[in-house]
Amino acid sequence: MAMLSFEPKYRVRGGTLIGGDLFDFWVGPFYVGFFGVTTAFFSILGTALIFWGAAIGPTWNPWKINIAPPDISYGLALAPLAEGGLWQLITICAIGAFCSWALRQAEIARKLGMGMHVPFAFSFAILAYVTLEVFRPLLMGAWGFGFPYGIMSHLDWVSNTGYQYLHFHYNPAHMIAVSFFFTNCLALALHGSLVLSAANPPKGEPVKSAEQENAYFRDTIGYSIGTLGIHRLGLFLAVSASFWSAVCIIISGPFWSRGWPEWWSWWLNLPIWAH
Amino acid sequence: MTGSVRNAAIALGAFALATTAVILSQTERPPMDSVQRGYRGTAMQEIYNPRFVQAELNANKVPLSLPRLPDAGAKAGVVYKNVKVLGDESVGNFTRLMASITTWVAPTQGCAYCHDVQNMAADTLYTKVVARRMIQMVQHVNSGWKSHVAETGVTCYTCHRGQPVPAQIWFNNPGPLQAGGMAQTPAGKNHPAAIANNSSLPFDPFTPFLEHDSNIRVVPQQALPGTDRQSIKQTEWTYSLMMHFSQSLGVNCTYCHNTRSFTDWTQSTPQRMTAWYGIRMVRDLNTNFLDPLASVFPPGRLGVQGDSPKVNCATCHNGVYKPLFGATMAKDFPELTRAQ
Repeated sequence: MAMLSFEPKYRVRGGTLIGGDLFDFWVGPFYVGFFGVTTAFFSILGTALIFWGAAIGPTWNPWKINIAPPDISYGLALAPLAEGGLWQLITICAIGAFCSWALRQAEIARKLGMGMHVPFAFSFAILAYVTLEVFRPLLMGAWGFGFPYGIMSHLDWVSNTGYQYLHFHYNPAHMIAVSFFFTNCLALALHGSLVLSAANPPKGEPVKSAEQENAYFRDTIGYSIGTLGIHRLGLFLAVSASFWSAVCIIISGPFWSRGWPEWWSWWLNLPIWAH
Repeated sequence: MTGSVRNAAIALGAFALATTAVILSQTERPPMDSVQRGYRGTAMQEIYNPRFVQAELNANKVPLSLPRLPDAGAKAGVVYKNVKVLGDESVGNFTRLMASITTWVAPTQGCAYCHDVQNMAADTLYTKVVARRMIQMVQHVNSGWKSHVAETGVTCYTCHRGQPVPAQIWFNNPGPLQAGGMAQTPAGKNHPAAIANNSSLPFDPFTPFLEHDSNIRVVPQQALPGTDRQSIKQTEWTYSLMMHFSQSLGVNCTYCHNTRSFTDWTQSTPQRMTAWYGIRMVRDLNTNFLDPLASVFPPGRLGVQGDSPKVNCATCHNGVYKPLFGATMAKDFPELTRAQ
C-alpha cells in the first residue's frame, strides 16, 4: 500500500509501553504494537464467544440474539457457560479489548509526541462500560445486574432498569448526563457546520480562514470560542456526558432503592416554601 | 490568578462541595437485597434496602386472634335487637367479633366509639352505621373478590391497623387554587404529588380511575398517526396511577410489567392479572360502599368537595406487596367471609 507523502515522517520507531521493538511495525496503514496484538486477541475471541452463544441460543435473527448474564442466584461466582458463563467470558474479552485499544492509542500518541488526550477521552467510554458491567454488579452483589449482549435485549434491560426506579428522568445524575449529551451534540453541530461552510466557499472563492470562522460566531452569538477552544469544549462535554452516565447508573441500586422522584424530597422539604 | 478570579473559583468550589454533600446525604448505601422476577438479563428485579425492610416487618405485625367459640347456643339476631348483618352468628362468636373489631379499629376509644352504651342496639352514632356497612364490605370483598384477595381475605385490621380511620384514604382532590382566565391551566398536575412518589405527575389519578372507570390503557395499537387519540397528557394520568400502585405495594414497575411492552399480557407477570381485578374491586368498593356513605358521615369526615373517604391500593397494602405480608387473618373469622 502506497504511503502518503507525509507518512514516513510519522512512522517513527519507539514510544512503546511494552514489548520494546517486538511488535513495533505496521501492517499496511495500521500500527500493530503489543496492544494491537492483545486487542486482536480479545476482540476475535470475544466475537467468537458471541457466535457460540448465538449458536446455542434459539435464534440467528441478529435483532433477537441474546447472551444474558447469569441469574442473580449465582451472585459474584462463575456460572455454567450456557447459563451466563459465556456472558462473563465475553465481558472479560470486551474489557481486555477496550483497555488494549486505549493503551495502543497511548503508544501512538507517544510516537507522535502528542498529549494523552485521545486515550484519556476514550477511557471515559470504557469507564461507563465497566461501571455498567462490573462496578454496579459488584456493589449489588451479583453479575446478573449487568446488561445482556443483544441488540433488542440490552434495550429491554435499559427500559426495565429505568422503571425499577419508577421515573428515571428524576435521577439527578441522569439529568446532568443528558444535558451534557445534548450540549455536546449542539456544539458538534455548530462546529461541524462552521467548518463545512468555511471549507466549501462559493465557486471561485478561496477557502475561508479561522479568522472568518471567528467573525461568523462573533456576529451570530457575540462570542467565538476559537479553533482550539472548540475542541477543548468538545472534550469536556463528551467526557462529562460519559462520566455522569456512569454516576447515574452506579447510584441507581447501590445507593438508591426507591423511585427517583422521591429522592427530591429534600428539595420539597427546604424551609423556603410557603407551606 | 487575580484576586477576584481566585475568589470566584473558591466560591464555585465551595458550592460544588456543598451540592455533593447534599446529594450524598440524601442517598442510601449498599448492600441491597434483590429479587429476580424475570428471565436473567431482563432486569425484572425488585431492589430492597434491608434497613427499611426490617421497619416494614415491624410495622406489619398481625394481632393475635381471640380463640373462636363453638357455633352453639342462641343466635345474636334473637338475643340482641337491631342486628342486621351478623344475626346468624352465635352470641359467643358475635361478641368475639365485636371485641376483635374494638381491638382492630377503636382500641383506645372502646365500645362507645360506635355504640350508645346506654342502648347498644341504637343506631344513633354514625360510626355504628358506617361500621355495619364496612362489615358488609369486608364480607363482599372476601366472598365476591377472591380473584384479588384469594383465600387470604381481609379483615377490618387490614386497613384500620388499630385506628378509627385508616391511614391511607383519599378524597376527590381539586388541587391548589388555580389562576383564572387566560392563565388557567387546570391540568391537575405540576404540583408535588405525594401519591405518585413526589413527582409532578397528576395528583389525583384516583377520581378518574378508581372511582370512575376511565380508560387506563394509553399504549397506541398502531404505529402510524391518524386514528389514535392517546396523548402524552393522558399517559401522565396513567403513569401517576401506576406510581401509586408501585408505592402502595413497595414494588417497582417490573413487578407486573416487562416494560418493553407495558400493554402486552403475554409478557406480563401473573401479578398484573391480580392487579387488574384489584382495580375493578376498588371501583366497586368506592362506588357501592363508600360513596353512598357521604350522607352518613359528619362534615368533618368528608373531603373538601363533600365526598366520602375512599380506598385505593395503599389502604390495604400499606407499602407491602401482600397486605400484612400475606398473613391470613380472615380464616379465623368465617363470619367475615360469608356472602350476603
